[in-house]
Amino acid sequence: MTAIDWKAVVKVEGLHKTFGDLEVLKGIDMEVHKGEVVVIFGRSGSGKSTLLRCINFLEDPTAGTIEVAGIRLQGGHRHRHKREQVRRVRMHAGMVFQDFPLFPHMTTIQNVMEGPITVKKMPEEQARPIARGLLDRVGLADKAEEYPIRLSGGQKQRVAIARALAMEPDVMLFDEPTSALDPELIHEVLAVMKALATDMHMTMMIVTHEMGFAREVANRLCFFHEGVILEEGTPVEVFDNTKFPETRKFLDAVL
Amino acid sequence: MAAHIEIQGGAGETRPPEHPLDAGTRLSFRTKVVLVWTGIFALLGIFFWLAKFDIAWMNRTFKFIITGVWVTVVIAIVSIFFAVVLALLGSLGRLSKNAVAYGVSGFYTSFYRGTPLIVQIFLVYLALPQIGSSLQDRGLIGSTLARYFVLSAVLAGIIALSLNYGAYMTEIFRAGILSVGPDQTEAADALGMSYKQRMRRVVLPQAFKVIIPPTGNEFIAMIKDTALVSLIASSIFWYDIFKRATVAGNHDFKNLEALVVTAGIYWALTAIFTLFQTKLETRVSKGYVRQAGTPSRKPGAKRLEEQSRREDET
Repeated sequence: MTAIDWKAVVKVEGLHKTFGDLEVLKGIDMEVHKGEVVVIFGRSGSGKSTLLRCINFLEDPTAGTIEVAGIRLQGGHRHRHKREQVRRVRMHAGMVFQDFPLFPHMTTIQNVMEGPITVKKMPEEQARPIARGLLDRVGLADKAEEYPIRLSGGQKQRVAIARALAMEPDVMLFDEPTSALDPELIHEVLAVMKALATDMHMTMMIVTHEMGFAREVANRLCFFHEGVILEEGTPVEVFDNTKFPETRKFLDAVL
Repeated sequence: MAAHIEIQGGAGETRPPEHPLDAGTRLSFRTKVVLVWTGIFALLGIFFWLAKFDIAWMNRTFKFIITGVWVTVVIAIVSIFFAVVLALLGSLGRLSKNAVAYGVSGFYTSFYRGTPLIVQIFLVYLALPQIGSSLQDRGLIGSTLARYFVLSAVLAGIIALSLNYGAYMTEIFRAGILSVGPDQTEAADALGMSYKQRMRRVVLPQAFKVIIPPTGNEFIAMIKDTALVSLIASSIFWYDIFKRATVAGNHDFKNLEALVVTAGIYWALTAIFTLFQTKLETRVSKGYVRQAGTPSRKPGAKRLEEQSRREDET
């Protein structure tokens, strides 16, 4: 549905992640190309959130290589140079969390401007119109001066998306963006995400259980099972010609 | 979805409890408390009369003693300022993964919380000049530099008070910083913020909401502890309330009267600052309380409810 440029924005090679004795990721290799929307699904504990968190180094991979927007980083090594590299990776990879942690002491527009002003050192006069435009894009232009506490969950999550977009990332990482929302608010967040794919051709990696959305928007689906990608393919391949019984079982349970 | 839980009258709704003894009596609880206080003051009056308090002397000397109030207030304000700076550094050290920062701040809080304030005041006042003259004797520093090791009593007092209160307030600051959840830290990290940016822009502004009320308490405690500074020598210009009371009392053999006047002044001072503090507290919490008229059963209200409950507990 969207034009995909075959340049890899995210490249993951041999990614392992261990928490204590628990091996959560057991060797992940994947590439996400420019303009591609990849939906990652699977049972909880299968490692899908950990993958996203490893990509922007909120978790340091135990082993493996992560490349985001041409910045290549090894997991498991700690040195001062790496900290700066990690910050650069994070500037290129916008993250949207499950529980929409907006900064409560800032208004909506201040939340959106925070990244450009503080991290990119953009002057406020320049950041404000950009932030206003992004709030407009997520349908919240009228809430610019409100504090997060006055917003609904769906509105908060849309502000969080605008905040991540303000950094002009090369890829957006969505970690279960609708799981903490009341059912009637899920669609407003999904609509914004869909618009990102169709209007902006944003490269996205989305961990979600919204399979209807996945079928409609994703170019590729990855089924995570016990720390590996068990099955992957286009929505048609995965939904209609499911290869593995584990995938079938999961899909039957959520659909 | 689980059934919606109606949360009635959430955080912030505090009505003074109906006192059980009010039932069936004519006097309200409040009136009774006022009567008790009046009774206590009447008893004190009788005590003063029995002790043959020289009220005329107290009146005459009051002005001399209260002149010292600015010294007390200045020492307290300057010291609390430096204590806040030390507490901020100390708490960041306690939360640091850097062994030097962690170790130094650990030693600092342990020592200054583990020794009496009065000992610390004398240490700063007496030890530094000795170190200075010793260094001079060994020819390591000149006499000009050595002179800086001799501190005035007030300066030594301010340094000791700042260090002592900074050590205690390190814990307050640490708790305040920890009260800002890891989700906030991660959100800041995910934007690509550095440690400094994250602290300055995201963590500390939220931590201060938790830090300010107990810091007010520390300030009020410090007003009283400034009296200890008068135990080291000082010039008349820097005589605080307590020093003036001691001097005047000794001079006229009216020590008890002088002390009662002093106690009254300290009490009034702390009462005034407590009033300020109460106002400040309501002001600080304002931005986080949803205004009346906002629907309370909004999506995510349960989460908000939990959040405010967490805030109440801290």
